[in-house]
Amino acid sequence: MADILYNTSAVLALIAIILAAWRLLKGPNVADRVVALDVMTIISISLIVYVASIAQRVIYLDVAMVYALISFIGVVAIARYLERGL
Amino acid sequence: MTRELIGMIFILLGIMFDFFGVLGLVRLPDVYNRLQAATKCVTFGSAGILFGVFIIQGFNNFGFKVILGIVFIFLTSPVSAHAISRAAHRSKIPLAKESVVDQYQEDNELKD
Repeated sequence: MADILYNTSAVLALIAIILAAWRLLKGPNVADRVVALDVMTIISISLIVYVASIAQRVIYLDVAMVYALISFIGVVAIARYLERGL
Repeated sequence: MTRELIGMIFILLGIMFDFFGVLGLVRLPDVYNRLQAATKCVTFGSAGILFGVFIIQGFNNFGFKVILGIVFIFLTSPVSAHAISRAAHRSKIPLAKESVVDQYQEDNELKD
């Protein structure tokens, strides 16, 4: 029973990441691509935390935190660049 | 065992929120609509997944780090969404043709 729930949630998250990657490839302009990349990053963070919970490794959570920090700085830098140039 | 089941229910709820947010990201017409669907649903869904992991793990160092992650996502995700939408409007990315009103533009014209 628990295995079915684990597999179902992982497959749903994978499908969500693939759909966001389709928007990242197709998006008409830069802002669409940035939004899709942000969404992919946040879903990846929650997947990393999920894998850390299954594997019982505390140190994977630090990877998720650093990934979130770098993604936030990157998105703000791209928005600043779109607004008035670096 | 009961705690694990409740946590799995929270995780499934969060992943459903993520999935519907990404569906909005694929289906909606322009960047502002996509931004509001994607940001709200994905933030809440990821917080749901992290809260489910916290319920499964309980009050130890793992659980407190996960709570720290929830706080971090809730702080940073609206800031980045606001920055993207403001930059998109300032770099003159057009609205969808079904849009009714653009009050930010009207406000800027009033200021000049």
